[in-house]
Amino acid sequence: MKLSTILRHMREGAKNIIRNGWMSFASMSSMFISLFILGVFLLLALNVNAMADQIESQVQIRVYLQLNVDQAKVTELQNKIGNITEVSNVRFVSKAEGLEILRESLGKENEDLIEGYENEKNPLPDSFTVEVYDPLTIETAVAQIEAVNKADEALPIAKVKYGQGTVEKLFTITNVVRNVGFVVVIGLGITAMFLISNTIKMTIIARRREIGIMKLVGATNSFIRWPFFIEGALIGIISSVLTTVVILVAYSQFVDFTETDLALMMIKLVTFKEAAGMTALLLIGLGTLLGIWGSTISVRKYLKV
Amino acid sequence: MNVIEMQDIWKTYADGTHALRGVSVRIDRNEFVYLVGPSGAGKSTFMKLIYREEVPSKGQISVNGFNIGKLKPRKIPYVRRNIGVIFQDFRLLPKLTVFENVAFAMEAIEAPRRVIKRRTMEVLELVGLKHKHASLPAQLSGGEQQRVAIARAIVNNPSVIVADEPTGNLDPETSLGIMNLLEEINFRGSTIVMATHNKDIVNSMRKRVIAIENGNIVRDEARGEYGYEA
Ligand SMILES: Nc1ncnc2c1ncn2[C@@H]1O[C@H](COP(=O)(O)OP(=O)(O)O)[C@@H](O)[C@H]1O
Ligand SMILES: [Mg+2]
Repeated sequence: MKLSTILRHMREGAKNIIRNGWMSFASMSSMFISLFILGVFLLLALNVNAMADQIESQVQIRVYLQLNVDQAKVTELQNKIGNITEVSNVRFVSKAEGLEILRESLGKENEDLIEGYENEKNPLPDSFTVEVYDPLTIETAVAQIEAVNKADEALPIAKVKYGQGTVEKLFTITNVVRNVGFVVVIGLGITAMFLISNTIKMTIIARRREIGIMKLVGATNSFIRWPFFIEGALIGIISSVLTTVVILVAYSQFVDFTETDLALMMIKLVTFKEAAGMTALLLIGLGTLLGIWGSTISVRKYLKV
Repeated sequence: MNVIEMQDIWKTYADGTHALRGVSVRIDRNEFVYLVGPSGAGKSTFMKLIYREEVPSKGQISVNGFNIGKLKPRKIPYVRRNIGVIFQDFRLLPKLTVFENVAFAMEAIEAPRRVIKRRTMEVLELVGLKHKHASLPAQLSGGEQQRVAIARAIVNNPSVIVADEPTGNLDPETSLGIMNLLEEINFRGSTIVMATHNKDIVNSMRKRVIAIENGNIVRDEARGEYGYEA
């Protein structure tokens, strides 16, 4: 194909969007709406997923020590707990570190809540964070840790905490949420395709004559196909870029706006930066594919002699 | 040399209608041929076979030396570039300007842009519509729209022009203008095959007349008459 022909196809493809104003508008609108809903659900799914991860990772055992436990004892306890079969990891969390973690989870706005509790005034005890290989064996692990405590006359462990009983429930909930989110996203994808293919069906009927005339003057099939192909891709790109911009701007506003309130509830949304790449890639990629796919099938149907 | 040659052509449509029943004909370079006959006689079918819109059910047809009944689909566009087609309903693209409607036929054969511009303006001048090159079809009269369609049909210098009742939608005066234009194009070297119901035009021009009835050629005269009541 000659360069001038390639340029001609691009020019025609772009011009056709304007020439078929209302049809293009209809295609773009239906694509915008479908991709928008898809995007909203994608963000929702991303957040649910992140929260599920958060909750899962929080399924760990906190072992709080008495206030007077010395360094040698700490090392000894850490080794003993680490030797329990179910335990995958034991990490020592000093009282200072504990305060820092609390500060972070409260967020910048609420930092003042813990002001004045630094250093000597720190009320938190030293602790261990214990993780298990399989969250379902958590109760066995806890029993073993309590056994370690009882074997020591000084009873150096003050308290063993874990999400008693709720752990199993949490897992079913996060799993259900994930699966439902997945099904909803797939369902919406199919709906979007249906909406777009419907618009294209109308476009085909409007374009039959045009294709017929092109063939009559001796245009080859590929010559006829290209501008439609470019038109479809452009419609896909334009509407998906628009959707992405609208959704991401709205999301970043939403994140900013709710940050303070959600921090108090210990919920952290997926940040704009984390969400942007994935959302843009999925929406623009899908939009472009849908646009090309739509125009390709619509033309192929009428290219047969 | 024969530009169009049909040998014992039969055309039976999918529903069993026999539109042509054993038609044989030769049309020479630079002839002007009227195709006459009652509605449903097979005139449009005859022309569709020439521009390869339909294929014969039986028989041989060659156009410009190509056996177009046996043409590979891939080759069809290239054969069509040598045939200009004109219809009763003009078939212009409504969203394209007059210039674009004509230029488009040249873009399809990948002519250079400079050539397209020059040649398109040239044929628009020939059909007397140079000043309306930026108008949309809807802004033109029927006669003007048909002139644009003619400009599109001739822009690539086809050796054959096929016109299916080109004056069917036009008043007598406008029709006369269109006929003068077609005569001019014929004079410049194109073979023209034109189906018509216009008695006055056929009788005043005295060209070759082929009459088709019920799928058969019933009359073929060198300087013929319309031969039916109008
Ligand atoms: N696509 C088609 N399918 C079935 N029958 C057709 C088709 N096109 C034309 N015919 C029939 O073939 C016959 C000839 O039609 P046509 O060539 O259009 O005649 P004319 O142009 O002389 O009026 C008519 O009986 C018509 O109904
Ligand atoms: Mg007819």
